[in-house]
Amino acid sequence: MDILSLFLIVPIVTILALVFAKDLKQSRLISMVGSIFQLGMAINLVFAYFKERAVNDSIMVFTKDLIWYESFNIHYAIGVDGISVALLLLTAIVVLAGVFISWKMDDLPKEFFISLLVLATGVYGFFISLDLFTMFVFFEIAVIPMYLLIGIWGTGPKEYSAMKLTLMLMGASAVLLVGILGIYFNSNADGGPLTFNILEIAQVNIPFEAQKLFFPLTFIGFAVLGALFPFHTWSPDGHASAPTAVSMLHAGVLMKLGGYGVFRVAMFLLPQGAVDWSWFFIILSATGVIYGAFGALKQTDLKYINAYSSVSHLGLVLFALLMLNKTAWNGAILQSLSHGFMTALFFALIGMIYGRTHTRDITKLGGLLKVIPFISVVYVIAGLASLGLPGFSGFVAEMNIFVGAFQHEEMFYRIATIVSVSAIVVTAVYILRVVGIMLMGPVKNEAFLQLEKVTWFEKTGILLLLIPIVGMGVAPLWLSDMILESIQPFIQGVL
Amino acid sequence: MDFSSFLLMRHELILLTITLLLIIAEIFIPHHKKSNIVHLAIFLFGIHTVLGFLGLAESSLFGGMFRTNEMIHFFKNVLNVGVLILLLQSADWLQEKIVEQQRGTEFFVLLFSSLLGMYFMISAGDFLMFYLGLELSTLPVAALAAFEVSKRISSEAGIKLILSAALASGVSLFGISLLYATTGSIYFNDILEVISVSNLSILGLILFFTGLAFKISLVPFHFWTADVYEGAPISIASYLSVISKGAAVFILMILLFTVFKPLMFVWENMVYVIAIATMFIGNLFALRQQNMKRFLAFSSVAQAGFILLGIITGDQLGLATVVYFVLVYVFSNLAAFGVVQAISLQTGKENRNDYEGLYRTNPKLSLVMMLALFSLAGIPPVAGFFGKFFLFTAAASKGYYLLVFLAVVNVTISLYYYLLVIRAMFLRKSENAIPFFNSKLYMRIGLILTVLGILTLGLYSPLYEYIFELSSNLM
Repeated sequence: MDILSLFLIVPIVTILALVFAKDLKQSRLISMVGSIFQLGMAINLVFAYFKERAVNDSIMVFTKDLIWYESFNIHYAIGVDGISVALLLLTAIVVLAGVFISWKMDDLPKEFFISLLVLATGVYGFFISLDLFTMFVFFEIAVIPMYLLIGIWGTGPKEYSAMKLTLMLMGASAVLLVGILGIYFNSNADGGPLTFNILEIAQVNIPFEAQKLFFPLTFIGFAVLGALFPFHTWSPDGHASAPTAVSMLHAGVLMKLGGYGVFRVAMFLLPQGAVDWSWFFIILSATGVIYGAFGALKQTDLKYINAYSSVSHLGLVLFALLMLNKTAWNGAILQSLSHGFMTALFFALIGMIYGRTHTRDITKLGGLLKVIPFISVVYVIAGLASLGLPGFSGFVAEMNIFVGAFQHEEMFYRIATIVSVSAIVVTAVYILRVVGIMLMGPVKNEAFLQLEKVTWFEKTGILLLLIPIVGMGVAPLWLSDMILESIQPFIQGVL
Repeated sequence: MDFSSFLLMRHELILLTITLLLIIAEIFIPHHKKSNIVHLAIFLFGIHTVLGFLGLAESSLFGGMFRTNEMIHFFKNVLNVGVLILLLQSADWLQEKIVEQQRGTEFFVLLFSSLLGMYFMISAGDFLMFYLGLELSTLPVAALAAFEVSKRISSEAGIKLILSAALASGVSLFGISLLYATTGSIYFNDILEVISVSNLSILGLILFFTGLAFKISLVPFHFWTADVYEGAPISIASYLSVISKGAAVFILMILLFTVFKPLMFVWENMVYVIAIATMFIGNLFALRQQNMKRFLAFSSVAQAGFILLGIITGDQLGLATVVYFVLVYVFSNLAAFGVVQAISLQTGKENRNDYEGLYRTNPKLSLVMMLALFSLAGIPPVAGFFGKFFLFTAAASKGYYLLVFLAVVNVTISLYYYLLVIRAMFLRKSENAIPFFNSKLYMRIGLILTVLGILTLGLYSPLYEYIFELSSNLM
């Protein structure tokens, strides 16, 4: 069995085992074992990747290719480069943390963990796919469990949020489908056979007219999942209604599919289209960056604050990708990873605060530092990482993004960059505002004095997410090198 | 005379024999064991279905009136499997409601006659045989739609069906006579050679198309659908939406691709407009339906619109994808109707609101329904996704990107109402949810077969490749 297919087989086996689970205890145990195994595999993959990379300099390594539908030339083609390896590791960590955070899921636990793992399977499959068709299949598999996850186990207006999220994301994937078909039927432009294989299509010079037509479809199709303004509206509602682990997985991992897809498919396969359209989408993503930051400033619900902050941060990912140069792209990938850990950590903390105080309204909270110091301290650290303090992952990512963006000398890019940079200031304001109101000051509610202590499984979940944030900030180079190396073949198409 | 050539009509002959056997058997089955007729019918039809999978040579009979080839043979098998599952799903209903009224045999005789008509229709080599098949397939269904004599709504369904079917086949017949006037022949092969572009032949094509459009319930000929589905017994609604529609789609496609090939520039545009109208109207009307049967009726109208995306290509890829989609659709829709049938039989409830909280009381049934709806909505990894994706691929291969775009917009709309049912079953909790019940053996087998189909047809690719190969022989 090859090292990558295991990333699909292990979750599927876990799901099958879960079908036979009887109660919460068994379900969470099975999920935990499966996820730990998965994390072990992801770590092992990182080392295996470095070893393989030393001797193998093709774009993708660990490739495998099996014919699926012969007449359409659809293959089960998998392979990874540094970017997908990093994202797989992110996914494995967030999934495991999510399982720990959902330790006390008492309503339909079996179904909850199954849906969670179906989502994870979709994400793993998406990151290892090299075939547009299978990639699309996994994309939809990752999205659809969200409906049940939010709808059944969510809070607040969950039915509305679940429906909104599912319809917007599936609508986006429908647009994406047209884009993929457009790419597919132009993949024989150089006289070769029609193919869905990304690496093969990248060798083909797709006619400029087709690129111009299909780039926006492909871009929007993926970018909706990356909360592209004005298609971000599903995200705040969805995150606010979702249960903790689902918010974590969704903001931490699922939304990364958007940026990854834009990078891997839209930009890699349709580079001229990307150059031609970049001005338009830069305007949209820069608007998203600013809009998200100001949105977060105005909210009082913790989850909404974090959801708008995600819109802002992920807008930055798309913004950086559209800058079409190596430094900015490196920043975009680092930002994806950093945001993945950070936002998952935020949502985990918010879930823990909400579970204890039964409110997410920051005006009703106060002085939490005195009563639940562990959660509060970690919240401050996550906040500092989020506003880009040196020493944490956010700084490394944003530094790269803005340095890359500033390399363009045209006035348009300069203005767009300056506008986006200003969002960092706003970020600092809304983070510090929450910290000030919620954590500092006197304890507002006497009931808060008897809050439940943090349990070991919660701590484990938190530490799992905290370590990479600090690690990326302190020692970014090994990761950055791995990513830069993998970006090289992609950048050649654009320049 | 060489009787062995009759073996080419194996499907038809065996089915006819079964029908006659059932009539005879009824005489010998004692009064208090009348429900045995159901077991017997299912058993015999099961054998018939299995025998159908034996190979068959390509040939024609009666001077070209009846023809058969591997694709037609395959399609008859698809219909057989569909009817078998349908019989399994309706066995309980027959035993409980129909056999008591001494009408069990009638049901089978009518149903099998209709299926026989479909065999002849898709095997037709000329318009006469086609028309006979069309009539034979429709008239018994009208009687079946009115089968629940105690319900007024059922009689209404029967009348509606027969009136619209009579109108449709009349219009179709008129179209056929115009074609005869222009070409001087009713044989497909002859028409193919001499048909030319003229106002008369175009009018003939349009009228002929209208007749089949009624059967497939394409907009604007879909008005009967919801009312008939609602009034007719569920198994008949299921039959109309799956078997009858599938057979009509198949023969329409074959005729458009072969006989009317020279007129492609006409029917291309026609199909284009009708596809858009059918998808939008079907989907938008389905949004507001409360009754599950009406809901599935409009959903099946919308699905017919998607099928046209494959037909519009007029080539091998279109043929293969449409046949594959119909196969997938048979399983998905039968699963959905099966669950509706099981619940309706047990509790008499047919509205979406009644399904609230179903997962917590009947998890297995809800899961079957969820798979069926996901398959109809086109969500991977179930079969419906592959069916739709391939249809869209076929349309895109001819450059119909706008049409594909409108289709995917419709997929999103349809997802909304499919999710409404899932919302009722999974998300809602209800005080008076349908209590737990165990389905009987036949129903279980019927549902399990559909689930197997939904889960495997997409992931297991050789089946599509087989269909693709068959269609290459045909074109």
